[in-house]
Amino acid sequence: MTREQSPVEKLKARSNFLRGTLAASLSNLVSGALAGDDTQISKFHGVYQQDNRDERAERNRQKLEPAWRFMIRARIPGGIVTPAQWRDLDALARRYADASLRLTTRQAIQFHGVIKCDLRNTIRGINDTLLDTLAACGDVNRNVMCAPLANFSAIHTQALQVAQAISNHLTPRTRAYHELWLDGENVAAEPEHEPLYGSSYLPRKFKIAVAIPPVNDVDIYAQDLGFIAIARDGELAGFNVTVGGGMGVTHGDAATYPRAADAIGFCSPDQAIAVAEQVVLLQRDFGDRSNRRHARLKYTIDDRGVDWFREALATRLDTPLTAPRAFRFTHRGDPVGWARAADGCWNLTIHVPQGRVRDGDEARLLSGLNAIASSHAGEFRLTPNQNLIVAGVPDDGRSAIDRQLADYGIDTLQSASGLRQQALACVALPTCGLAMAEAERYLPDFSNAVERLLARHGLEDLPLSLRISGCPNGCSRPYLAEVALVGKAPGRYNLHLGGSVNGDRLNTMVAENLDEAGILAELDRRLARYAESRQHGEAFGDFAARTARTEGAVTPA
Amino acid sequence: MSSAVQPVQAMPLSADGLDELHQAVAGFDREQLLWTSGYLAGLARLEGEPPPHTPASAAATGEGLTVFFATETGNSRKIAGDIVSAGQAHGLTVDTVDLARCKPRQLARTRNALFVVATHGIGEPPEGTDGFFDVWLGDTAPALANLRYGVLALGDSSYADFCEAGRQLDTALANCGATRIIERVDCDVDFTAAAGHWVEKAVKMAAACDDETPGKAVLRAVSSPAPIDRKRPHRAPVIVNQRITGRRSSRDVRHVELDIDGAGLAYLPGDSLGVVSSNPPRIVDAVLEAAGLDGDVIVALDGDDLAAAAALGERLEITAVSRPFLDAIARREDGLSQKLSDRAFLRDYLETRQVVDVLHEFPVDWTEQSLVDALRRLPPRLYSIASAPNVNPGEAHITVTVLDYERFGRAHWGSASGFLADEPSSVPVYIEQNPRFRLPEDADAPVVMIGAGTGVAPYRAFVEQRRELGQRGPNWLIFGNRNLDSDFLYQQEWLQYHEEGYLRHLDVAFSRDQADKIYVQHRIMEQGRRLVDWIDQGAFLYVCGDAKCMAVDVHAAILAVLEQYAGLSGEAAVERLDELRASGRYLRDVY
Repeated sequence: MTREQSPVEKLKARSNFLRGTLAASLSNLVSGALAGDDTQISKFHGVYQQDNRDERAERNRQKLEPAWRFMIRARIPGGIVTPAQWRDLDALARRYADASLRLTTRQAIQFHGVIKCDLRNTIRGINDTLLDTLAACGDVNRNVMCAPLANFSAIHTQALQVAQAISNHLTPRTRAYHELWLDGENVAAEPEHEPLYGSSYLPRKFKIAVAIPPVNDVDIYAQDLGFIAIARDGELAGFNVTVGGGMGVTHGDAATYPRAADAIGFCSPDQAIAVAEQVVLLQRDFGDRSNRRHARLKYTIDDRGVDWFREALATRLDTPLTAPRAFRFTHRGDPVGWARAADGCWNLTIHVPQGRVRDGDEARLLSGLNAIASSHAGEFRLTPNQNLIVAGVPDDGRSAIDRQLADYGIDTLQSASGLRQQALACVALPTCGLAMAEAERYLPDFSNAVERLLARHGLEDLPLSLRISGCPNGCSRPYLAEVALVGKAPGRYNLHLGGSVNGDRLNTMVAENLDEAGILAELDRRLARYAESRQHGEAFGDFAARTARTEGAVTPA
Repeated sequence: MSSAVQPVQAMPLSADGLDELHQAVAGFDREQLLWTSGYLAGLARLEGEPPPHTPASAAATGEGLTVFFATETGNSRKIAGDIVSAGQAHGLTVDTVDLARCKPRQLARTRNALFVVATHGIGEPPEGTDGFFDVWLGDTAPALANLRYGVLALGDSSYADFCEAGRQLDTALANCGATRIIERVDCDVDFTAAAGHWVEKAVKMAAACDDETPGKAVLRAVSSPAPIDRKRPHRAPVIVNQRITGRRSSRDVRHVELDIDGAGLAYLPGDSLGVVSSNPPRIVDAVLEAAGLDGDVIVALDGDDLAAAAALGERLEITAVSRPFLDAIARREDGLSQKLSDRAFLRDYLETRQVVDVLHEFPVDWTEQSLVDALRRLPPRLYSIASAPNVNPGEAHITVTVLDYERFGRAHWGSASGFLADEPSSVPVYIEQNPRFRLPEDADAPVVMIGAGTGVAPYRAFVEQRRELGQRGPNWLIFGNRNLDSDFLYQQEWLQYHEEGYLRHLDVAFSRDQADKIYVQHRIMEQGRRLVDWIDQGAFLYVCGDAKCMAVDVHAAILAVLEQYAGLSGEAAVERLDELRASGRYLRDVY
C-alpha cells in the first residue's frame, strides 16, 4: 500500500470525474491532437487518439504533426442493435469516419479515422440513436458481452436482461460525458460523486461476459468476471461465476501472463448484479494501483489466492455463492448461414471477415447491410467472433435477404471455411499505437497460407481456431486459440499452439520471433504429425497440447 | 565605415583589434553591417556569459560535448542523461540532442559527439529519426573530418539485426571521415552495466579531446568577392527539396534548402531569394505545340543565334502573359485588339491566362522568330527566405507552391516552381534585399505576423532569428490555409515554439475544415481586443501573402478592429493605420 501510485492513477484522481482538460483540448485549433493527459481521460469516454502509422515518417519529413485520428467505440451491451440504429451508425461512418464500421471481439462497434473537429458530431450522432460511448474503454467495466445465440434458446432473453442490467449498474455516473460531448453545459454545481467507482475508478480495465452453454463464443475464460448461464427445465436457473481471466502480457516481462478464469461458485439470476458489484469493488479496493502491468483482477487474485478471493467475496454478499453446477461447452465458432430459432423465426449469421464492414471490391458489406437494415424489422446481433446475425426474419422474408446478399456480393463470404468463420484479428497497424506487427490486414493472406497447409495434409475441413494479435496485449484473445500469432516486430510473431476447441485451456508459445516462412514451416511439420498420429476425434489444439513435451515448447523467459 | 569611431575607454578592443575589425567589414553596405552585427552578437554568445534566457548551446557552437540520442522507449534518453552528469563531473559542457527533433546537418558543425542509438523493429532506427539516418547513411553525406565520436548501441538480441541502427551509424560516420574516439559497444536489454562502463570511458575520452579543441572563433578579414546578383547568380546546391503538405492536400508545397556556404550571399530575415531558373521542357513543348512551331529552328535573340526551344526555355517568359505580347497579337488579330480596350477584360485576362492559353485562343501565324520577338525576357522569381541566417549558417530556405493545374482544358505549370518541382541538383540564386520588411530593431517590441499559405515563409525566419538572439518581444502568428490535416506549413515548428512560449499566441484559420469558410481576417476580428492592446504596446504588424484578396481583407479587418476596440471613427481608424504604416509598424510583403 505504501508504493507510489502509477501516473495514470494520479491523473484519474485529479481529472475531476473524467473531465481533465478535454474541453480545452477540443477547442484547441492548432493541433489535431488532444493534450497528452487528455488522451488517457478520453478513453473513458470511448475515444482513443491514434495516428496513421503508415504516414508517420512521411509526415515528420513534411514538418507536419502525425496524422492524428480518433477511434470511437460505441458500447453495445450484448451486441444488439436495431436496424434503425445500424443505419444511423452507417451514416455516421460515412460522414465522419473512414466509411467503415468495425465489429469488435467484444460485440461493440468502432469508428476509425475521425478527426478531432468531428468528435462531438459523431458522439452526438451515436447518442441520438440511443447508444453511447461512455466506458467503452478506460479503467472501468467495459462493454458487457452476452452470447448472441443464432439459434435462440429460451434463456437467451433472460440472460441478456441480466447482462444489460449489470451494464447499467456499472456505468459511470459522471456528468462529464454529457457536458463534454452532448449539451456542453457544466451543470455540476455541487461536487460530483461516483458511488461505485470513486474518483480514481478501477486500477485497470474490467471485462464481463455472460455465456450460454454449450457455446463459449464469448470466451468466458478470458474475462475478469464471467457468468455461465445454467438452465433448468428451459428456464434460467442461475449462473456459474468465473473470475480472474485475462489476456494481456508484456514481451520480456515474465511477471505478466495470460490467465484462464476460475469458477468460484453459483449464483441465482437475482444475485447477479450484487455479485458483479462486489467483485468490482474487491478489485477497486485490492487491485494494484502502482503498476499497470500488474493491475488486472487476475493478479489481484493470484497475489492472494483464489480461496482468499472466494472468502472475501462471501463476506460482502448477503447470500454466499453455492457450488458451481455442471455444464458443458462444446465450441466457440458461429454457425454461418440460416438457422431457425426457438420462436419459429429465422436468423442469418453473416460472416464479416476481420469484423470489418466496408465496401470492398467484391463484397460491399457496408451498403449491403444498410440495404438489409432498410427493409428488415428484426434485430442485428453482433457476435464475439466479429460476425453479424440478422435475427427475427419471418419465413417469407428470407428470399429477399438472400437476393440482397447476392446483389452486394456478400453471398460469397458465406462459403468461407470454418477456419475463416471464427478467425480473429485485432485492428493493429496502421492505427493502433500498441501494434508491433500487422494483424487485421495480415489475416486474409495468412489464412490462405494455412488453408494450403491444411489441404496438403488432407485437413481441409478442420475448423481450426486461428487468432492473430499485433501485440501481446491480446485484444483478439490469442492465448485461448488453437493456433495464435502474437506480434513481436513487423513480419515477426511468436507462435502459440494448444488452446482447446471450447476455449477452456490456454495455449503455449512454441517458437519465438518467427517470420512467415518460419511459422509455416513449423505449422507444416506439426500438422503433418497431427494428420498421421492424432487420436480419434482429437482436435489439433488438444494434439498440440498433448505432444508439447515431445514437439518442443518454449517457456517464456 | 568611417574612421571617426574612436576607441573609448569602455571598449574592450585594442587599437589593433579595432583595425582588424575595420578591415574585416571594409566595403560593407548598411544591410551587410547590420547583418554582421547580428552575426557578431551570435559569436559573443559562444564565448563566456550567455545572455539570460538563452543558454549557450554546445550543439550550436561545436564546442564541448554533444550527446545525440535516438530513442524508442526512453532508455537512450536516460543514458544520455547519465552522460551529461558524468561529463559535468569532468568539467565538460554537455548538450543533449534528440535525433528525432534535430536538424540532421547540425552534426556537420559538431566537434565532439557521443551517440546513444536504439534499434527497433527489424534493424530500424527509432521512430522519427529516419531523417537523420537518411542524411548520414546516404550516398551524399557530407564529410565530417572535424568530428570525434563514439557510438553506444542499444538493442534486443531476440531480434534479427541486433543493434543494427547503431552499427550502421558507427560505420557511416567513419566513412564520412570522422574519428572514432571509443569503440562501439552493443548493449542487450540488460544494458545497465555495459552502458555504464562505456559512458565512463567515453566521457574520459571526450574530456581529453575537449582540451585540444580550439576555444576561440577568429574573425578574419575576407576579400570581398564579385557581387552576386540576378545577372551573376550563385549556383546553390540543393540540400533538401521536401514536400511539406500532407498527402491529402490539394497543393504541392515544397520546402527547399539551398547551400550558399561561402558564396558571399548575406541576407536578413525579410529578404527574398531570387531564383534565376529556366522553363521546364514540358512548358516549352506546350508553347511550341500551341503555336505550331519547331523548336530546332534557329532564331536570333540578343545577338545570339540559338534554337527556338533554347530561347523559350532559357531566356523568355513563356508562362505569365504580358501586355506587349497581347499587343503583338492584337496587331494581327482584330478580335483581340478590340477587347484590349476593355480594362476589366484585360485585368481578368492577364490574371487567369498563361501564354499557352493565349496561343490557343487567338491563333495567328507565328514564325519561330516572330514569337521570340513578341515575348519578354524571363525575369527571376522571388521567394521570401524562410530561414534565419544565424540559425542556418550557410543555408537559405524557401517555401514554394508548385503550380500544376488544369484550366480551359489545358495543363498549366509554374516556371520556377516547375523547375524546382523537377528536383534540380542546384539552383541559380541571388539575394533580393527587402528593407521594408524587417524585424523591429527593438528586441522587446511585440510582433504580429499575419500570413496565408506560403506567406508564412518570412515568419519562420523572423521567429528563428528572434529566438536565437534571445529577444524578449512577444510573437503572435495568425496563419491561414485550407486544411489543418495537410496544409499547416511548418506545423511542427510552430507547435514547438508555441509550447515553449516563444510564440505567445498562435491562431489558425483553416478555410475548408468547416462548412463556413474561415480566413485569417476572421481570426483578427475574433482577437480584436488583443490586437488593439498589442498595437497600444508598440506592436509591429506584418502581412505577407496574396495581395488580391488576403491583404485587402486583412487590411479591412484591422480597420474594423480599430473602430470597434480602440473606439475610433472610420476615418480615425484609417488615419491610425496610416500612421502605423508611416512609422514602419505596419509592414506588408504581398504579391
